[in-house]
Amino acid sequence: MLIRRPPAIRTSEITDEGVYLDRRQFMGVGAGLAAAVAFPGWRWQDDDELTPYDDVTTYNNFYEFGTGKGDPVRNAHTLRTRPWTVRVEGEAHKPAEFDIDDLWSRFPPQERVYRLRCVEAWSMVIPWLGFPLRDLLAAVEPTSAARFVEFTTLYDPEQMPGQRRRVLPWPYYEGLRLDEAMHPLTLMAVGVYGRALPNQNGAPIRLVVPWKYGFKSIKSIVRIRLTREQPQATWNVSAPHEYGFYANVNPEVDHPRWSQKRERRLGELFKRPTLPFNGYGDEVASLYSGMDLRRLY
Amino acid sequence: MTSTQWVRRVVKPAAFVAALVPAVLLVRDTFTGNLGANPVEALTHRTGFWGLTLLTVSLAVTPLRRLTGVGALVHLRRMLGLFAFTYAALHFTVYALDRSIWSGEGWAMGAIVEDVVERPYITVGFAVFLILSSLAVTSTNGWVRRLGGRRWQALHRLVYVAALGGVLHFLWLVKADILRPAIFGAIVVGLLAVRLPRRKRRSGPRPEATPG
Repeated sequence: MLIRRPPAIRTSEITDEGVYLDRRQFMGVGAGLAAAVAFPGWRWQDDDELTPYDDVTTYNNFYEFGTGKGDPVRNAHTLRTRPWTVRVEGEAHKPAEFDIDDLWSRFPPQERVYRLRCVEAWSMVIPWLGFPLRDLLAAVEPTSAARFVEFTTLYDPEQMPGQRRRVLPWPYYEGLRLDEAMHPLTLMAVGVYGRALPNQNGAPIRLVVPWKYGFKSIKSIVRIRLTREQPQATWNVSAPHEYGFYANVNPEVDHPRWSQKRERRLGELFKRPTLPFNGYGDEVASLYSGMDLRRLY
Repeated sequence: MTSTQWVRRVVKPAAFVAALVPAVLLVRDTFTGNLGANPVEALTHRTGFWGLTLLTVSLAVTPLRRLTGVGALVHLRRMLGLFAFTYAALHFTVYALDRSIWSGEGWAMGAIVEDVVERPYITVGFAVFLILSSLAVTSTNGWVRRLGGRRWQALHRLVYVAALGGVLHFLWLVKADILRPAIFGAIVVGLLAVRLPRRKRRSGPRPEATPG
């Protein structure tokens, strides 16, 4: 993993952003950026070239706004990201409800450049702004009974028109094992490319688990619950033989309908080999030692 | 102008231009960089969509002839079928390039064979492409003569299999949202269904053989 300077953010971009952000949100972004600059923290970065902002924000799987890749950027303007709270509850000594702006100030966002590997065999490289999920979980003090973490997306067909059709069982939910959730790579992202998340990318707060297929990285989260039992996960429930609970990026286990051996990095014509755990094996493979990853795909 | 002249001089050229528009837009978007973040996927989806669309439209010709009584509309059928084949061929070409040269593994033809053998939606898609290819080759007047009208017609009834196969191919490849393949399915089944009553009437209940 190479350490690299974060990409320069053009002042014009930030100024432009302010035009359509309301004051409160703008202050949140400002504070977060200031914090990111003041406390750069860890930077998990790669030598991969960043996927352009336009591709990151116009090519999205976010079925709450339509099943086409171009639907979210067209339709997600109906999502209201302020006010927004995230409840963190379940097997916790101090369950709490966090306001999104408080999260920005309490957990100063760091920039993390991660590869994102979609289960559909394409990939991007994205500079996220976010904080480790472990910090948030630590704040609510999980009980000794907590073994899993369940995440839920907002359910509101008024704001999310895609939920009016039962393409998937709504609301979208996902889950991680507690040790996966506590891994330092696991990120709660609130921004991308140095600014607040655009709605189509899962505003105002989403999960990013870079060694798992993209569908695990649930968007627009309103609830996080610590549980004893393995939570259900939307795609796993919808098509269990195609999408597992773990969904670790694995070139050795094909999707029943297509190969996972290679992937197309957006912007490239020739595909590249897919790496086990999306190239994060050194960091995360030990989480799965002794597990049959062919069976637990 | 007789209805035959009208079809030949107006309807057919108009249909030709209309069927060409998606290809023109594809070429334009390819060379202006307007295929979006994943151009190969966009090319694959758009060529497949228009192949199935034109195949469906070609199946609508006969019902439309009966509905309007304009028999000359039959002159549209071969042209629309050949357009459907052309888009399907582009679709197959993009897919094959993606699985071979563009795979980054050199000329890996093995991947295509593996797909055709192991992945049902590709098996079906490939079968449809083979059918459309053979129908395109035998679409000329020369082939009608060579095969004889009856055999030629029997062969070209495979177009129904191709259309249903195309719908199945589409249905099996989507991840969760089956709306668009379902719409195609409803239209294709509808277009096949309107042909049935007539055939039944023609073959009808046969008179009992009576001892003479």
